[in-house]
Amino acid sequence: MSGAKALGWRLLPQIVALVAILLLIWLSFPGFFTVEMQNGRLYGSLIDVMNRGAPVALLAVGMTLVIATRGIDLSVGAVMAICGAVAASSSVRGDPLVVTLAMSLGIGLLCGLWNGVLVAFLNIQPIVATLVLMVAGRGIAQLITEGAILTFNDPGLIFIGSGSVFGLPMPVVLWLVFGIAVALIVRRTALGLMIEATGVNRRAAMLSGIQAPAFLMSAYMLSGLCAALAGLVVTADIRGADANNAGLWLELDAILAVVVGGNSLLGGRFSIIASLIGAMIIQSVNTGILLSGFPPEFNLIIKAAIIVLILLIQSPRMSHLAAFAKPAGPAAPAVGMQKDKTIERTAP
Amino acid sequence: MASSAVLTATGIVKTFPGARALDGVDFELRRGEVHALLGENGAGKSTLIKCLTGAYRRDGGRVELDGVPIDPRDPLDAQKLGIGTVYQEVNLLPNLSVAENLFLGRQPRRFGLVAPGEMNRRARALLAGYDMDIDVSAPLASYSVAVQQVIAIARAVDLSGKVLILDEPTASLDAQEVRMLFRIVRDLQAKGLGIVFITHFFEQVYAISDRITVLRNGRLVGTRETAQLPRKDLVTMMLGHELHATEKAADTHVENAGPVRYAFHGLGKTGKIKPFDLEIRQGEVVGMAGLLGSGRTETAELLFGVETADSGTCEREGERLSLASPRAAIARGFGFCPEDRKVDGIIGDLSVRENIALALQARRGWMRPLSRKEQDALADRYIKALDIRTTDREKPIRLLSGGNQQKAILARWLATNPEFLILDEPTRGIDVGAHAEIIRLIESLCAQGMSLLVISSELDELVAYSHRVIVLRDREHVAELVGGDVTTENIVEAIAGQDRRRAS
Amino acid sequence: MTLKTALASATVLAACLFGSAHAADMTVGFSQIGSESGWRAAETTLTKQQAEKRGIDLKFADAQQKQENQIKAVRSFIAQGVDAILIAPVVATGWDEVLTEAKDAKIPVVLLDRTVDAPKDLYLTAVTSDLVHEGNVAGKWLVDTVAGKPCNVVELQGTTGSSPAIDRKKGFEQALKGHDNLKIVRSQTGDFTRTKGKEVMESFLKAEGGGKNICALYAHNDDMAVGAIQAIKEAGLKPGKDILVVSIDAVPDIFQAMAAGEANATVELTPNMAGPAFDALAAYKKDGKEPPKWIQTESKLYTQKDDPKAVYEQKKGLGY
Repeated sequence: MSGAKALGWRLLPQIVALVAILLLIWLSFPGFFTVEMQNGRLYGSLIDVMNRGAPVALLAVGMTLVIATRGIDLSVGAVMAICGAVAASSSVRGDPLVVTLAMSLGIGLLCGLWNGVLVAFLNIQPIVATLVLMVAGRGIAQLITEGAILTFNDPGLIFIGSGSVFGLPMPVVLWLVFGIAVALIVRRTALGLMIEATGVNRRAAMLSGIQAPAFLMSAYMLSGLCAALAGLVVTADIRGADANNAGLWLELDAILAVVVGGNSLLGGRFSIIASLIGAMIIQSVNTGILLSGFPPEFNLIIKAAIIVLILLIQSPRMSHLAAFAKPAGPAAPAVGMQKDKTIERTAP
Repeated sequence: MASSAVLTATGIVKTFPGARALDGVDFELRRGEVHALLGENGAGKSTLIKCLTGAYRRDGGRVELDGVPIDPRDPLDAQKLGIGTVYQEVNLLPNLSVAENLFLGRQPRRFGLVAPGEMNRRARALLAGYDMDIDVSAPLASYSVAVQQVIAIARAVDLSGKVLILDEPTASLDAQEVRMLFRIVRDLQAKGLGIVFITHFFEQVYAISDRITVLRNGRLVGTRETAQLPRKDLVTMMLGHELHATEKAADTHVENAGPVRYAFHGLGKTGKIKPFDLEIRQGEVVGMAGLLGSGRTETAELLFGVETADSGTCEREGERLSLASPRAAIARGFGFCPEDRKVDGIIGDLSVRENIALALQARRGWMRPLSRKEQDALADRYIKALDIRTTDREKPIRLLSGGNQQKAILARWLATNPEFLILDEPTRGIDVGAHAEIIRLIESLCAQGMSLLVISSELDELVAYSHRVIVLRDREHVAELVGGDVTTENIVEAIAGQDRRRAS
Repeated sequence: MTLKTALASATVLAACLFGSAHAADMTVGFSQIGSESGWRAAETTLTKQQAEKRGIDLKFADAQQKQENQIKAVRSFIAQGVDAILIAPVVATGWDEVLTEAKDAKIPVVLLDRTVDAPKDLYLTAVTSDLVHEGNVAGKWLVDTVAGKPCNVVELQGTTGSSPAIDRKKGFEQALKGHDNLKIVRSQTGDFTRTKGKEVMESFLKAEGGGKNICALYAHNDDMAVGAIQAIKEAGLKPGKDILVVSIDAVPDIFQAMAAGEANATVELTPNMAGPAFDALAAYKKDGKEPPKWIQTESKLYTQKDDPKAVYEQKKGLGY
């Protein structure tokens, strides 16, 4: 199918970057690809990458849609802290797991609704609108946990962080299933088209009969839901809600994942799968640095250098050069505009 | 008269990639005159101004100020030479005080420090020359746009002093404020300044200007004494029609127009368009003529629910409609091709296919997606039917030419199978071939029973396909021409304000 | 919630009843940074308890992480004519002016938990813990525990560049000096958080042969140790036995781990800074005895032998 082929071309730079980084880590740490079963679950550095990358991968799903609407959601890190705190306090109170999960996810949606109302109806710039919750959110989370790390023992909640399904850690299952489900929903319905149209030209979309505010709202609410899921994962992982640190700076990693995934911050064309690969690229770099044994002072510099390199490789100029190497066909180089690589349609 | 000229531009040429914005334009401004610069959108007014003020570097031609050739590098340079400009949106700093705005960059200093007392004193003195007695230490934003406008003029005159360019200064002022502004303009005129005045308001042109220069499509149409130029002739100059009185075979059209399908009563919105009545029949093309800013687009936006009317009702075959949003209008079978294709029409990064399918998809709702196969079929059908020239339907629409973009947007609406299609300047900025095709399309849609409202500055075109033509002036529906009365001459007269026929 | 309110009002009541008897003794103003961590909350709780115990009338001001609020609070304490002022300074600089005002008003100032960059004569004394010493105590415990056997140590550092991370690393390395059987094989930052502690420990385990090469973990705070303990368990090893775990701070949760045999030792960073401060103030007021400029709090070592369960119960209520 031409659709699958187009998707392949779209994802090629991300896949190449991911493979290159994994190989690079393998060179410096030969045991990297070793995966074995231990206590009924897969165990190995590769699994760690997927497991530790779960929060950013989950956030990247929502962030991709928000960025596609030409917005940005800076509040996701703080929303993670709020939802984690809500889950922990509910669990400590002895609520049944279903109630705990429903409350946490519901609060996430509510946070998204708040952002959405500010952006879609009050027309506040997304970066400012979501900054409000970014700043206030952590304070709200601290109020819920009363400043301490709120620990809990509910095995159901803990399962979300460290349980496993068919040998895969639960967080991995969560982001894979959730990410693919959202990707399918937006492409199997017209949601993706509506969001892209809204992001590229909100007024023209509105004049074509698209309820732009509704789709903006839904993007921010999905982002809130993703943040809630990510918050549950990190909270369940350490069996406690750490309002000060849960999700700290993860909004930036999520944005980075979307960008490394080749999505434009100017909105429009998007690919959730590419963002997920972007999240894995970032986590591979993180894990690689930890495995390498460099002194921690170098962590951020190495990470920055690798990411600059990836972005450089993905830049339009580079893809122009690469275009000469591409075979003729549907992926023929497009006339020079800034978003060449996003021209190829992401197949439904 | 040459000696009295303060600014002379000869043979100005400015080329942009793919377009010649100014093609050998001459312009002469005399000392102590108010010179109106007129033209429709894209005529080249603002390009000419920008070339004179150095915002653009001209590609050819000669500009002389007081007989000395000049070539300003940027507006600041032009200002130093003596050419000051005031724009519609006052480009001063709203949070600084009036005095600071007046003396920004040249504050009086004492011992190297800004001396606020001295600055305020000088600011008061400067504004006294304009009969303005206001608190100069208050922030600029605390005053009305009109006062800000005067302050901007005061600053520009104080800085430059030879030529003052006013770019639509009255667009957001009320009648009294306009009078105040005009008093100031006359004072400056008396002091010997040359003043260029750009506006869309005819009344103001005749009220204040000594001479008029009209541009069209980047060319000079002519410069005339205001007193000797009838309005009708001015309209003709702007719209570019020799008055060869295109009579039309109107009778045929009238007959095949069906019963009234849509009726709008007293629809209006304060500040946008005065309340108007409008009826549209099945299989009828209603043309809408008027100069830029006369309220044509505003009318269309009210009908399509882009703007919410604050008075009036809409009926479809006797049934009341609510047109609160484009979505509501679309649900009732409306379609709207907006005037500014790039801003309001195309979704640039999306493919031709997606752009065509968009409105239909939006009407179906996101839960009921058109399958890829249906979208492909839809796109292919309209690409073929309207002869949209594109290498393939997956090409981003922004890479298409203007005419093909326009056809794709038409296709977007045709795909929804509308009963009532509003076209705002459907033929602007597209090549001759596409132009003719779109006109043929309008006629054939009408023949199929669709109702159309077409806004156009191309009067010949309007005359050719309209059953009726509504004429607008100064945000008001002023005339309705029916049948045999639909001629370019009548339209021009109505636009110019010599209402002869008002349809009952 | 109602229970808490009831308790709070009872405390206030008690303070009124018993406090009034001693009110003549001393009124002390306390400018606290805020409540950014559990430890900080515990410090506040303990300061209030200690004041109550001694019959001191404590005026408490929460600065919400802002120095200007602290300076305002100190000025209002001076205006109220308190007998002494405690400050837990949020930053080190910018104190000279307000401290001089206090000195001119003859009100002694005691710094809690952190010091400032100001002339030493502007404050009576500073009560702080010695971060290097804490690392040293942890290191000594490990040296004694392994008793000469070879042992590979992994270290979870605090936030890179922070003074606790630098000093606790330094103290630990000093203690290990001359004991070649102990070797730090991996050292990475865990940002003082549980999540990062767990993530970094996971990578340590992978990098060191699934953890078989690791004999001990030293974490710069308990939170990272708690995260690392989970990682060790998930790797199929027994924390506390297969891998010794020693950390610093003595927050309640680490005592739970110790009670379960999953952590071995922790060095206390006591939240009771006010106790020694009040003692010094009392002595100074009584016979003008100037205390030393630095009062070092005890860095007490807790191990599994110290009845961790009881310590947990005791610490639980302090607001950690």
